[in-house]
Amino acid sequence: MTDDTASAQAMTDEWYPVGLISQLDKTGRQTALMGEPIVVAHDADGQALVTGHNGRRLPVKLRYGHVWSSLGTPKKDIFAIPEADQPGRRFVDVGVVRVRCSPLRAVENFLDIAHFPFVHTDVLGAEPHTEVLNYTAEIRPDVDEVWATEVKFYQPQASKSASGGITTEYMYRVPAPTCSVLYKTCPPRPTEWDVITLFVQPLAEDLCDVWPWMALFDDETAMTDLIHFQQMIFLQDRSILENQVPRLLPLDPGMEIPTRADLTSIAYRRWLKRHNYTYGAQLVAR
Amino acid sequence: MMRLYDYVLSPSCYKVRLMAALAGVSLELRPVDFHPGAEHRGPELLSLNPAGSLPILVDGDLVLTESSAILVYLAGKAASQWLGRASPVDAAREQQWLSFSSRLTTSLGSARLHEMLLRPGDIGALQAAGIAALRELEAGLVEQRLQGRAFLVANAPTVADIACFPYVALAPDGGISLDPYPAIRLWSRALRALPGFIEMPGIHRLHELKPEPLLEPGVV
Repeated sequence: MTDDTASAQAMTDEWYPVGLISQLDKTGRQTALMGEPIVVAHDADGQALVTGHNGRRLPVKLRYGHVWSSLGTPKKDIFAIPEADQPGRRFVDVGVVRVRCSPLRAVENFLDIAHFPFVHTDVLGAEPHTEVLNYTAEIRPDVDEVWATEVKFYQPQASKSASGGITTEYMYRVPAPTCSVLYKTCPPRPTEWDVITLFVQPLAEDLCDVWPWMALFDDETAMTDLIHFQQMIFLQDRSILENQVPRLLPLDPGMEIPTRADLTSIAYRRWLKRHNYTYGAQLVAR
Repeated sequence: MMRLYDYVLSPSCYKVRLMAALAGVSLELRPVDFHPGAEHRGPELLSLNPAGSLPILVDGDLVLTESSAILVYLAGKAASQWLGRASPVDAAREQQWLSFSSRLTTSLGSARLHEMLLRPGDIGALQAAGIAALRELEAGLVEQRLQGRAFLVANAPTVADIACFPYVALAPDGGISLDPYPAIRLWSRALRALPGFIEMPGIHRLHELKPEPLLEPGVV
């Protein structure tokens, strides 16, 4: 197997979000997965059905509010989010947003905290509290996932349920090449973590549909407010993502000079390279 | 208090929030699940606005569903200097641009919804119509500048500027660059520098400029 086919295969065999379970219908959502046109619908019995090129049936799973599919043969189940089964949480389907950027760049941006005061001003960050304190980033060999822990940041309005500024704690996790799970201080329940995910559907190497999803402890806030808070945050990122250069995520260390705040990003890129997860990446500096 | 049926990502709703902020009017916001829930097409909102669009402003018995009308109402109630009523020409110019703003909504706004929230449409045609409208606005602003006026109606901003600004500023969301339009960028900057200006996702506030080093107190 050449390197090219190995890298094509590595990401082909992964699960990707392709729609909301709540929006499945008979007509179907015409969309794409890594360049292949697909249709996401339900059949006469109400079963989710994902159809690829020439009507071939693709694998389907329903999890975390979304329909998941794959162009290849996934070797593993979809990654676990144990909090999704925890009683008392509210699950928020934030809805799709299309972004003209590499799916890997969408994930990398989600892992970054240094931009909070400048892009999410007065919400997730504010000047002069711009310092990213030291934290730990690693590729955990037992689960083969990227983790960042002990991340702390001062936030004027950490979530819809936060009143006033707090120092928020974060943990980040990358369990699949285009999916990230964020654990964040839960203002109404300090012993638990709020779960905020970014599920990214790669349409092409430089185009993706992003499906944020949340599992929160918050009995007060109206569902629409929770959706709008997350959409507001993500749309602040969108215009930045669409202007990043180069469009593909550079995996060649010669391209950029990272700083200490970029530890998670470095671990993510290293992990992508190790697994040949290179759809949407640029391997050689140009 | 006036109640605004609002969607955080809607440029038309943002026009109302922005005008209210600039005029010092408090609004009670009622968030509407436009995406993904399509609540604006549900029975409660259709009974208020049969057109199924946002924003909707309710003030007592008064229900307004056209953003330009809402801007005129807010300015008339709380900030009449935002109405271009100094002369028949100003009043007509204001109406001209208020009407023109609906072309921005149907072109730039639809291109943005297509590119961002996957709404149907012929993206090439929408972008072409958007670019035609941007060129017209650019030409209008250049003419104004030559007459010593920084805004669409006069040398002070009016509701016409607020009506046109959001869809123009968000044109890049629909895949249309603002690079070719220097007069539009200057105008956008002037609006974003107004006291009381508020932002929305995709429209960033101006960075606070550091004072000129030689003008700082104590430095001669």
